[in-house]
Amino acid sequence: MAEPKSKYDRQLRIWGEQGQEALEKASICLLNCGPTGSETLKNLVLGGIGSITVIDGSKVEEGDMGNNFMVDLQSIAQSKAKCVCAFLQELNDSVRAKFVEESPEALIDTNPAFFQQFTLVIATQLLENSILKLDKICRQYNIMLIVARSYGLTGLVRISIKEHDVVDTKPDHFLDDLRLNNPWPELKQFAESIDLYTTDPVVHKHTPYVVILVKIVEEWASAHGGKFPSTREEKREFKELLKSKMISLDEDNYKEAMEASFKVSLPCGISPQLHQIVNDSSVEIDSSSYNFWVLVAALKEFIENEGGGEPPLEGSIPDMTSLTEYYISLQKIYQSKADADFLAIEQHVKGILKRIGRDPDTILKTTIKNFCKNARKLMVCRYRLIEDEFNSPILTEVQKYLTDEDYSVAVGFYVLLRAVDRFTSNYNRFPGLFDGEMDEDTSRLKTIAVGILNDMGCNGSSLSEDLISEMCRYGGAELHTVAAYIGGIASQEAIKLITKQFIPLTGTFIFNGIDHKSQLLFL
Amino acid sequence: MDNHNSVSGENRWRDLDKLLVRPGNIVGPNFEPGPQLRDDLQAYAKVLVVGAGGLGCELLKDLALSGFRNLEVIDMDRIEVSNLNRQFLFRLQDVGKPKAEVAAMRVMERVSGVNIVPHFCRIEDKNIEFYGDFNIIALGLDSIEARSYINSVACSFLEYDSDDKPCEETIKPMVDGGTEGFKGHARVILPGITPCFECTIWLFPPQVKFPLCTLAETPRTAAHCIEYAHLIKWNEVHGGKSFDADDPEHMQWVYSEALKRAELFGISGVTYSLTQGVVKNIIPAIASTNAIISAACALEALKIATGFSKSLSNYLTYNGAEGLHTKVTEFWKDNDCLVCGPGVLIEVDSTTSLQKFIDLLREHPTLPISKPSMVHRGKNLYMQAPPILEEMTRSNLQLPLFDLMGRIPKDVIHVTGTVTLNDRKTSALRKLRIVFKGNVDGVADMDMAGGA
Ligand SMILES: [Zn+2]
Repeated sequence: MAEPKSKYDRQLRIWGEQGQEALEKASICLLNCGPTGSETLKNLVLGGIGSITVIDGSKVEEGDMGNNFMVDLQSIAQSKAKCVCAFLQELNDSVRAKFVEESPEALIDTNPAFFQQFTLVIATQLLENSILKLDKICRQYNIMLIVARSYGLTGLVRISIKEHDVVDTKPDHFLDDLRLNNPWPELKQFAESIDLYTTDPVVHKHTPYVVILVKIVEEWASAHGGKFPSTREEKREFKELLKSKMISLDEDNYKEAMEASFKVSLPCGISPQLHQIVNDSSVEIDSSSYNFWVLVAALKEFIENEGGGEPPLEGSIPDMTSLTEYYISLQKIYQSKADADFLAIEQHVKGILKRIGRDPDTILKTTIKNFCKNARKLMVCRYRLIEDEFNSPILTEVQKYLTDEDYSVAVGFYVLLRAVDRFTSNYNRFPGLFDGEMDEDTSRLKTIAVGILNDMGCNGSSLSEDLISEMCRYGGAELHTVAAYIGGIASQEAIKLITKQFIPLTGTFIFNGIDHKSQLLFL
Repeated sequence: MDNHNSVSGENRWRDLDKLLVRPGNIVGPNFEPGPQLRDDLQAYAKVLVVGAGGLGCELLKDLALSGFRNLEVIDMDRIEVSNLNRQFLFRLQDVGKPKAEVAAMRVMERVSGVNIVPHFCRIEDKNIEFYGDFNIIALGLDSIEARSYINSVACSFLEYDSDDKPCEETIKPMVDGGTEGFKGHARVILPGITPCFECTIWLFPPQVKFPLCTLAETPRTAAHCIEYAHLIKWNEVHGGKSFDADDPEHMQWVYSEALKRAELFGISGVTYSLTQGVVKNIIPAIASTNAIISAACALEALKIATGFSKSLSNYLTYNGAEGLHTKVTEFWKDNDCLVCGPGVLIEVDSTTSLQKFIDLLREHPTLPISKPSMVHRGKNLYMQAPPILEEMTRSNLQLPLFDLMGRIPKDVIHVTGTVTLNDRKTSALRKLRIVFKGNVDGVADMDMAGGA
């Protein structure tokens, strides 16, 4: 009775078959399987990730019973990687689950090539030294990296990849592509074929607003020297004009037209974001260019030629009050313009591929089609090497954060998390691990944190004393709820990166478990 | 002796203890750090988890691993295959079993020492005293109606003093979470202090429905064709037989009718999956978002119980679809809220019979409540169900309310019944402040109540 896919029904509705396929092909490497790591993997295993490899050299201790759901009393003294892996396997037998009983730090030092086999590495609870090394390894092999850390009531999530390009960004509120500010001949022709002054009241109240706007803005333009409404006053007058065409108060199509009237006044051409992408240096294509940039280069050629400054038409229209036949006709008009734009782009793609000496059919039609449909929504995310961020953070940002009330706790936690790592390398334990050494540890931690701030070129005294002692109170505690929160984010970001859908987080996410005023820091 | 060296059993909570045992500067107002705090948490704190779905499963795990030992969970649903991508306590072989029972069993298996009592029933099946037993109620629900009901129950315990200040010991705290795709919210509700669910009901706008004339005359989208088959054609053909969304044959019929209609009008996009989505109003759900939101709720529950850190004040939104955005909003409570306010003041004549009073309630301008059952200080005045209670309390209908309430000039009663919310009938609980007019003692009291 149960179809194999029906257990994924609720997520297929989000990322579709293509997204699911990408997940099922992906192989994930997890470093350290404490609560943060195992909660991260749990969410991915449930969703049907291809394979997981758990790396952890430690044995299960009594303390793990208090925060890790993937181990139980029988696991004590056994390999943590093995126990966690076995439990995760129980959640979904279509996932290939493996483990390596070795410390991540040692693996990073002795066998960097090991990481080459994975799609994505998720490093949890790893200290600064090892993270910096791992980051370089992942860059070298072009492997995606997510760093996740839970510490007391704080934590962080940071992605590190040279470049992540997204076509299918699925933005929530994105303006539909109707071109009412610049209708093409076929759309105008269709509008002309419809009589707005029809005496049939049913037809009158079921004339789609797209047609109403195309026709009435034309009427407006002929009375205003060919110009569309642009000032606030003109826009108001245009709305009044629309209103005057109503023959009864219950005409939803005219209400929709008034609400959408601003669309005739939208600026023509591409958005600043898209402008930046088509002018990126990667658009200079060579034989080693990614397909994404080949497509962007084709898009650029299209915009500069056939497009007349516009990207290809998206082709779909929103639902609107209309007779069925009018709506279907409109759909066809938009779709055929989109198809024509696609063919033009396809020609550019083939031409470019030929120019750089690659097979002109190497990029699939469906890929090009999907690219055209999403051309206005492209996103390029680039991440600094973590070492670069640590050595030369963007000073103006740091200073802004330190003085901004909304950010001061987050940036404080950011500095203190780094200070904790240095403390731990120096003393071989977390600050505040022992009740008896709280005061000494607090002042040692403060010295280190002030040093980090000074090295950044900032004033060390801007750090709150309360926050420093709070950090010592945590004593390295990994609370289950914080781990589940951080792990939840890490897995969500992993899904976005692997499916190449939605927009991943940029910057460093700093969790604030005190009052939940977490922040993204761009450093 | 240092924590890490201590005897077996104690070391289990080494991480949690750091935060519960040590003093701190950034903590809640009632924080009393020490080993006693964790012991008390385990011995006395009692949490009810409402819902054993995506959020509920996570909440049970999170609470059990936050030191809570006395948990109960209530859910009326059975496990379905489509739950398995996120409800991690369930396996394929559990399909068809009650969610509450399996969830409780799985968490108890893994987290030694925790006790979880499952309740496989509707939330309305439990009496108010049941809910009164918990220190905190954690909501993992996906329906507005269910949230609204639990909220009204939790708020019914709230009492106000003579200055209209909420009495602290009567506050029943709630943590509430909700998710949709990559987005979610977590909130803390302290009735009488922070806004209750009803104070901010506008945050949950009712679902927009298609006009019937669009479905019947001018369909344009696949969804219109599906809703035509589901809402119009089904009744035409099956007249009388009600549609069951869980019956695959019914769903298949709607799908094929929708397909026919789509073909007729030249509309594309009708699929079986979309048919299910539209008819059942399926909200997409994934494990990671549920994990994040539940973790935030459980963390707040631990803060409420121990004060070990400040609280979320009072509404967190999470959006992971475009980058990652979290935001905390401090909403204000509505002092005139029917649910968490001091109660609706109703003046009645001391001679009014209970039956007459029930008739008055149905006509009341701000709280039209029908089919009411009424409780006064734990005593049933009138119960609509079960039949045996109805029979036992029926004779009260002819007696004056004033007499039934022990001839006190003013007091609070709780009324459960049906109200209409977004065009749907739903269960509700309301608190009424009754003040008697006419031949009663204590005129001064009456004035005070009237002015409150
Ligand atoms: Zn309220």
